[in-house]
Amino acid sequence: MAFDLNGVTYETDEDGYLVNLDQWNKDVAQYLATQEGLDMTDAHWEVVDFLREYYDEYKIAPMIRILTKAIGQKLGKEKGNTKYLYDLYPGGPAKQACKIAGLPKPTGCV
Amino acid sequence: MAAKIETETLTGDINIPSIQPGATAHYKSNPAKEDHNKFLGFPGARVENWREAAVEHMGELLGKYKSLRVFMDICVRCGSCADKCHYYIGTRDPNNMPVARQELMRKVYRKYFTPAGKLLPDSLTGASELTEAVMTEWYSYFHQCSQCRRCSVYCPYGIDTAEVSMAAREIMDHVGIGQKYCNEILGKVLKVGNNLGIEPHALKNTLEFVEEDVKEVTGADVRYPMDEKGADVLLVAPSADFFSTPHIEGFTGYGKVFHEAGVSWTVSSYASEFANFGMFIGNYDTMKKVAQRIRDAALDLGVKRIVVGECGHAWRVGYSFWNTLIGPFDFLDPKYPAPQHICEFTLDLIRRDGLKLDKSANDEFTVTFHDSCNVARGSRMGDMPGGQFEVPREIIKAVCNKYVEMDQNTIREFTYCCGGGGGLLTDELMDLRVKGVLPRANALKEVMDRHGVNTMAMICAICKAQFTKVLPNYGIPMETVASLHQLVSNAVVLGGKIGV
Repeated sequence: MAFDLNGVTYETDEDGYLVNLDQWNKDVAQYLATQEGLDMTDAHWEVVDFLREYYDEYKIAPMIRILTKAIGQKLGKEKGNTKYLYDLYPGGPAKQACKIAGLPKPTGCV
Repeated sequence: MAAKIETETLTGDINIPSIQPGATAHYKSNPAKEDHNKFLGFPGARVENWREAAVEHMGELLGKYKSLRVFMDICVRCGSCADKCHYYIGTRDPNNMPVARQELMRKVYRKYFTPAGKLLPDSLTGASELTEAVMTEWYSYFHQCSQCRRCSVYCPYGIDTAEVSMAAREIMDHVGIGQKYCNEILGKVLKVGNNLGIEPHALKNTLEFVEEDVKEVTGADVRYPMDEKGADVLLVAPSADFFSTPHIEGFTGYGKVFHEAGVSWTVSSYASEFANFGMFIGNYDTMKKVAQRIRDAALDLGVKRIVVGECGHAWRVGYSFWNTLIGPFDFLDPKYPAPQHICEFTLDLIRRDGLKLDKSANDEFTVTFHDSCNVARGSRMGDMPGGQFEVPREIIKAVCNKYVEMDQNTIREFTYCCGGGGGLLTDELMDLRVKGVLPRANALKEVMDRHGVNTMAMICAICKAQFTKVLPNYGIPMETVASLHQLVSNAVVLGGKIGV
């Protein structure tokens, strides 16, 4: 599978995750979010930025609890929970947010 | 985003629906990529002579596993199993009746391996060649079986549908028809050490996070060590415990229990996975390779005991198959079972009065327990028959004040699968997963309405992931799903009785 954006072709897997992670940019994220029916707000971008930062260092998406805590520290304690993340990303912070952040799909019992 | 999946309204009753032929014939797991298959030693793509190769391999399996031949021969179509499968109840597709699912293989067996099937017309024997259409059915419906073995409990002959499904998947892999979910994951565990692909430095970071978090919440210095040589216990957890919620809450609990027991322990970055999908694909060699990492890690770290976390199918592999696969465990301390389940460890400590527990910490919860299929029907725990049912319940009752059982036909050996086991916990099968949870969701709904249950505890990583994802489709919040050791974690008073 693939999609075209601004004259560039982006290859994706069956679930719509980018195959080549280096191709990611904000326009791609915006496009993927629209496909998911999401309106990207600053709060959404905070999550994406954190995921990318973490992935850069650890080559894996962070544990959900690490993500909620980081978001809580940045945006206020009342936002540092799973519910807040699911409100932002109804498809799940691990899967939907990873897709938009250009991370590979988490595999396993998740 | 995918369209909302249509669900039935929960009534609290489990009704057996009328059939709807072909309702789920279009369900199809994503096929494995060439490199996924090749890494496991299977052909990268479907081989040219796949029919002959599949029949030949079926013959090999029939020779190697006498049980499979017996299962092919002895079914009398009594129908006892027909209404026992959660996928049949949820999808109404008659091919999800266990007898019909087996028939997909049995008709091929008759054609090539029985005198009547070889000599008489198919119309008389119900035999069938392995055609393209039959293979399409195999791929679809043998990936609509979670190998939970509920049907086998009701079969008067004890036919094990899971074994038939495993054999079918093994035959398909053998001719290059692999399923992506299982085969990609098996590649990761064999390369990186866990299903998620968490590298050692990331695992270390996660463990440090848990350590800091526990310190912050409780003020206690509970350790979550990695790769510590000379520790007494090697803890092998499903890697979802390092990633998902509520899994991590359970893992946090294991650490508190070890801390209170005064036992040194460690996880291994080399063998950071208890799950063993080799069983799901019915491939002995792969299952052995995955398990071998754990033996190697235990020897390398010089531990005296292996304790394992909350993972259903892996407990079946560990309890029932490890000794043959990677035993003997003569290098471990013979005073303890090898492996020992974390529930056995915790209950032993509770019985010896070695844990100070504050049950009121769980007073906001009215708890029920979901028996996970592979624990319930493929293993045991503790030192008495039925221990796999009693051990977890005894722990819950020791840490919670309010406990309620679901309907007796849906628990213990009669438990319903979560709908995501057996290598089906993948997004492209979401429709099946949502429908497959129906009987369990109804049984849960009944105790929610009648007794105010708001928490369902369990000891399986797949169950936790599946329920948190699919129950909200029925209006049941994901917070209902809990790790058993999450409840233990809540109730443990740290520093209460260290080292008793």
